[in-house]
Amino acid sequence: MPPRYNLCAGVVLVLTCASLASANDKPRVDFEREILPLLKDRCYQCHDGRKHPSGLRLDLKASALRGGDSGKPAVVPNDSGKSELIRRVTSTDKADFMPPTGEHLSVAQFKLLRDWIDGGAEWPDALAGDELGRRHWAFRPPVLPPIPPVKDAKWLRTDLDRFVLSRLDKEGLAPSPEADRTTLIRRLGLDLIGLPPTPEEVDAYVNDKSPDAYEKVVDRLLASPHYGERWGRQWLDAARYADSDGYEKDKPRFVWSYRDWVVNALNRDLPYDRFLVEQLAGDLLLNATQDQIVATGYLRNSMINEEGGVDPEQFRMDAMFDRMDAVGKGVLGLTIQCAQCHDHKFDPLTQKEYYQIFAFLNNDFEANVTVYTADEQKRRADVLRQVHEVEDGLRQHTPDWRQRMDAWADKAKAGQPEWVVLRPLVDEESTGGQKYLPLADGSFLAQGYAPTKHTAKMKVKTDVKGATAFRLELLNDANLPRGGPGRSIQGTAALTEFAVDAEVGGKVQRLKFAKATADYNPPETPLDAIYDDKSGKKRVIGPASFAIDGKDETAWATDGDPGRRNQPRQIVFTLDKPLADGAVLTFHITQNHGGWNSDDNQNHNLGRMRLALTTTPGAEADLVPTNVRRILPTPRDKWTPEHEALVFSYWRTTVGDWADANKHIEELWKAHPEGATQLVLAQQDQPRDTHLLKRGDFLKPGKHVEPGVPAFLNPLPAGAPLNRLTFAKWATDRQAPTTARAAVNRVWQAYFGVGLVATSEDLGMQSEEPSHPELLDWLAVEFMDRGWSMKNLHRLIVTSATYRQASKASPELIARDPYNRLLAHGPRFRVEAEEVRDVALSASGLLNPKLGGPSIHPPLPEFLFQPPVSYGPKAWPVDKGPEGYRRSLYIFRYRSVPHPLLQTFDAPNGDFACVRRGRSDTPLQALMTLNDPIFLDCARALALRTLTAGGKTDDDRLVYAFRRCEARKPAADELAMLRTVLAKEVRRFTEPGAKPWELAADDPSKPPKLPEGATPAQAAAWTVVSRVLLNLDETITKE
Amino acid sequence: MNCQAPFLRGQDPTQITRRWFFRDCAVGLGGIALASLLQQEGRAEDASGAPDGDPLAPKKPHFPAKAKRVVYLFMAGAPSHLELFDYKPQLAKFDGTLPPPELLQGYRAAFINPNSKLLGPKFKFAKYGKCGAELSELLPGLAGVADDIAIVKSMVTDAFNHAPAQILMNTGSTQFGRPSFGSWTTYGLGSESRDLPGFVVLNSGKKGPSGGNSNFGSGFLPTVYNGVPFRGSGEPVLYLSNPRGVDDGVQRDTLDAVKALNQKRLDVVGDPEIATRINSFEMAYRMQASAPDLVDLAKEPQSVLDMYGAEPGKPSFANNCLLARRLLERGVRFVQLFHEAWDQHGNLTNDLKKNCHDTDRASSALVKDLKQRGLLEDTIVLWGGEFGRTPMVQGGGNDGRDHHPNAFTYWMAGGGIKPGLTLGQSDEFGFNTVEDRVHVHDLHATLLHLLGFDHTRLTFRFQGRDFRLTDVHGKVVEKLLA
Repeated sequence: MPPRYNLCAGVVLVLTCASLASANDKPRVDFEREILPLLKDRCYQCHDGRKHPSGLRLDLKASALRGGDSGKPAVVPNDSGKSELIRRVTSTDKADFMPPTGEHLSVAQFKLLRDWIDGGAEWPDALAGDELGRRHWAFRPPVLPPIPPVKDAKWLRTDLDRFVLSRLDKEGLAPSPEADRTTLIRRLGLDLIGLPPTPEEVDAYVNDKSPDAYEKVVDRLLASPHYGERWGRQWLDAARYADSDGYEKDKPRFVWSYRDWVVNALNRDLPYDRFLVEQLAGDLLLNATQDQIVATGYLRNSMINEEGGVDPEQFRMDAMFDRMDAVGKGVLGLTIQCAQCHDHKFDPLTQKEYYQIFAFLNNDFEANVTVYTADEQKRRADVLRQVHEVEDGLRQHTPDWRQRMDAWADKAKAGQPEWVVLRPLVDEESTGGQKYLPLADGSFLAQGYAPTKHTAKMKVKTDVKGATAFRLELLNDANLPRGGPGRSIQGTAALTEFAVDAEVGGKVQRLKFAKATADYNPPETPLDAIYDDKSGKKRVIGPASFAIDGKDETAWATDGDPGRRNQPRQIVFTLDKPLADGAVLTFHITQNHGGWNSDDNQNHNLGRMRLALTTTPGAEADLVPTNVRRILPTPRDKWTPEHEALVFSYWRTTVGDWADANKHIEELWKAHPEGATQLVLAQQDQPRDTHLLKRGDFLKPGKHVEPGVPAFLNPLPAGAPLNRLTFAKWATDRQAPTTARAAVNRVWQAYFGVGLVATSEDLGMQSEEPSHPELLDWLAVEFMDRGWSMKNLHRLIVTSATYRQASKASPELIARDPYNRLLAHGPRFRVEAEEVRDVALSASGLLNPKLGGPSIHPPLPEFLFQPPVSYGPKAWPVDKGPEGYRRSLYIFRYRSVPHPLLQTFDAPNGDFACVRRGRSDTPLQALMTLNDPIFLDCARALALRTLTAGGKTDDDRLVYAFRRCEARKPAADELAMLRTVLAKEVRRFTEPGAKPWELAADDPSKPPKLPEGATPAQAAAWTVVSRVLLNLDETITKE
Repeated sequence: MNCQAPFLRGQDPTQITRRWFFRDCAVGLGGIALASLLQQEGRAEDASGAPDGDPLAPKKPHFPAKAKRVVYLFMAGAPSHLELFDYKPQLAKFDGTLPPPELLQGYRAAFINPNSKLLGPKFKFAKYGKCGAELSELLPGLAGVADDIAIVKSMVTDAFNHAPAQILMNTGSTQFGRPSFGSWTTYGLGSESRDLPGFVVLNSGKKGPSGGNSNFGSGFLPTVYNGVPFRGSGEPVLYLSNPRGVDDGVQRDTLDAVKALNQKRLDVVGDPEIATRINSFEMAYRMQASAPDLVDLAKEPQSVLDMYGAEPGKPSFANNCLLARRLLERGVRFVQLFHEAWDQHGNLTNDLKKNCHDTDRASSALVKDLKQRGLLEDTIVLWGGEFGRTPMVQGGGNDGRDHHPNAFTYWMAGGGIKPGLTLGQSDEFGFNTVEDRVHVHDLHATLLHLLGFDHTRLTFRFQGRDFRLTDVHGKVVEKLLA
């Protein structure tokens, strides 16, 4: 209390003083010298960029003039009486008084503030604060900087080197000499394709006397398909790629098509801007190809929570937040996710702007489509072509086919029963945790947890009198696997049993059906093995009658051949007598044809369904497929050729004379490839209504927002439609200040261990200062100028003298520059997790270089995939032999059970986007490379290979094995050490009772054939030597 | 989750990276530690003598701590507070009636229609110990240590689905990617063991935790702070055993050769990371030597096995509790047991009987055992799940409860926690908390306080921001402190 009285006393004094000053000559106060220090000292503790309670920032002129959330200007120039700042520092209300802690303002300080405001509140623009971050280097588009001068040009190879050398000059440091050729080719191999060179490749390069020998190696490696594998993995971290859903169920998902797309895109050097556009909006490109649609899998790599009891919308929103984070870190190099809950604390990104970007991405189905490999596409085209050929034949041989078809169509139009759609209430507790989302057309979409067995109960009172039949429609939906209509992994469904109770006057009666008819009636077929429920019962699918036969083993199903499986189906249940009026109906929709493990993809549920009833007597299922039925009402002359072909393709099946041709076509369809699935985006017809979410809570929508971009970044192209494609083009515009910088910085990081900006996920105002700002900009501009070509960027870097330096560094240099930010020597650090395994496979000769396709399951202990380690039992169908020796890129990645080796060596598990891995060194890593069976496989293979192909003498062989691991030849003392080990181990395994094959053979009962003269003891000793070599620091290090 | 290089967290890199230690101290550690393995039993020197820079070296917290280590018995699936700890006579009285509508305003349930009938408690309660703690008849073991534990009946969380709620309870956020409590603890305190990981995880029960490895992941902290899963049978740590055909002689020869060649390379290229690698291999070897002995419960006297209900060679929660004590004794900083068994949407009565039979004796034995060894005073024992259960019934059989985040119970003991305390209250139906509400963040803040940390200052710089376990929340619950 006393301070306030004192201050008020002071105010009186000041007023007196002020009144003494000349009225025309307002007191002049220097903002920079007198006001700024005062604000800093007494106000910025709360009201600066870091924390601004009530939204007021006194470090920004605009904010001070505008006021905080209250809307009351803190500073009203020339009117201290209206300035909230003055009111607060003089308030007698304790809750209002500022500053809230510490000493009150002194009279002199108060006087300064007041005089400054009344003097016009002069606030120079240079000190107005950086509300839009315009002064932050990364928020201005990069421009080509001048090439700096250097003291000694002899060392230079490219302009890139000038930036590095000029910095070294300033630091008084000298660059290192070029590394030797052996080191260089190994470095290039690890960097460009993620694999070490073979001794033959080393020799070829070392002996190549041509002046462009180095460039030839670079070109060869950049042209290798393994280039895409190595650099694809880098992007897959940013794309948070994994092969499972995450969260509790963590079910396998099939998204390797996206992984292969990334690898292929890099291999064909798809320009990086295009690379991003296709991933953000490939589906919206004109005549989008399958590949371009697959590319949108990038945005779909988010986790999906399908544990029981989830609100699917909550986790769709979480996936949206994840996409925002991924786009922020991976594409923009900005931490935009900070603005999910509030304005960004450091960057000039408002929460509203966050949701404006969000609005670009928020208008899509979570689609799951069928995709085909190139070979499958060919087979599919063959099937379609042959079917058309048969149909063409029919037409040719039947000149009046059109008249006959028209006549049929006229007849088929008429006489359809009228169906009244029912909108029942779902008994939530009956669904086993699955959510039935009601849609506008009266259908329900199955979402969330997918139990493998349940009977959904739905209740409705109908006013329709005299109902004669019920219809259950199964509809397609973009959110379902392969578009549905079922929810199984194939988009199919099985209806075990359909029953209806009618309650009339308090009496409940199970209704009786005269028959069930469906538009599709598969023959009785054993249930697919993926739905095995371990009951041992013979479970089957078959025709419509199976849904009302009272048997739990039989079901009506929609499964057909893969080319025609995913279309709408219907089944009609005809009552044996009309329904009593005013009945309350309870439908029991039993879906028990799933498998034993509900934590795997084993459900066989209806995906999107709709119930209806009719009063038409004798109503049956409409055999005309929905897509044909839809065309029939259209006047005949309005049909397109596609319409006609569609109608024909059904009509022909009704023509008795064509039975043979129809049978032939049915046979042809069986050859249709199965294809794979891929999660992609598919734009909804109607955009969603996007709101700012208060505190990022999806249950607290605030104001509606339109799509837009942050004011501090480049503007949207004028007049462009506000869709994802426009957003993608905006993000990859040449004026986008961070996109190219973020990309080149990540590439630099991969080469040198640290980016030019160390915080590669954040180029914003909290980012670390670039070590070489001009070099970063130069690279970004060169990158764009050279057509956003990644391969050109790699060439630019690896041909520099900077890159080619030897990595040896003196203790003084390491002490001065521990992370080699100044680049006075070449990079030396451990390779990434995937390469730890790939290098061993490659050195041993076991590596299977096969590219692409479904992810692999190399041997791992089974317990990892079983409770109580895993939440649910997980499938891990072990790939033995060569398939298990493929590159680590292809290892199946469960998010909740990360691959132990990859995790231990710092590979992220895909829970969220990662653009900068850690690089740890732990005892658990040592246990992996020592004891993980795959490393022993490699040691055995290397031993056998060495004995077979490594030369005649032990020394030859030691050099050979050493070179397969390190590329270089061992030094004399290293060779001597290895010789000693070899001799000792030969002795050990020659001793009586020794069991060399236990170590040296994959299966000791079936030892491999050794080259002539070699003994099992030697094989074992060489296995020990190989194991030593594979465990050396140098083997898993890029030097 | 291994995202972010382990430097640049706003500190001088020389303070945090191992390489500096090894540059200055050469490579000797492996040999020295190996030699002293038997005397040391895996305990490193006290923090004052620890080298700077080793990320797992013992470190001093912000202020003198009451607790030095933690054992967290995580009851995944969410046990029913209404059957075990929080007796509600009114719930019994109104069994079968609908809850007051005002209670359900804005309430979301996972499976049930919230407007479902109330379900009275299934078991009898009585008061135990000098403190008179009220506990269910299902917990006779815990009743025996009632005066050693504190019970918090006013826990609150934000999430009501298993995976996000478990992630919140273990990492302070429902979003994946944050470091777990155990990781923060080892990041802050390091480890006192030289041959065991600082943070060990043990699993039992029907399933693994819903959030998978992220429940004990290091998030954006360096990977060395990841929880390391141990197994009570077979190989205690993955790939701990020598592979087939490699006996100890071969292994030692291999390691000696690797070390000699690495040393040679270190001399040539001068990269101190090589020294770190040499040390890692030696530590791995020491772990190989000590871990099998550690997990060999047959070394325990029968009386101790009986006390826990442990049976060597037969994996169980009881075995894991005993294993936890052995780990703590050897200087492991944080041991977390996951026992996923508590999701009683149905079969509440029988499942709870079974679960309590499986866990009550061992949990209480752990408290007793730590106490008799003088370890309880600086060890926090923490017991609880990710949320509570609804006072409303789930299922037609009147024998299930749904997920409930508004009120649930935790118990804890040792490490500066006030023994014999019952803190907080829920309302007459056990639906909302009405007194001394303790949010997950408050619990974390309190536990960190006991470990010697100001929870607002135990931070890590990531993506331009200082992150902490309690995010921007959390208040130390003073009443819980002894």
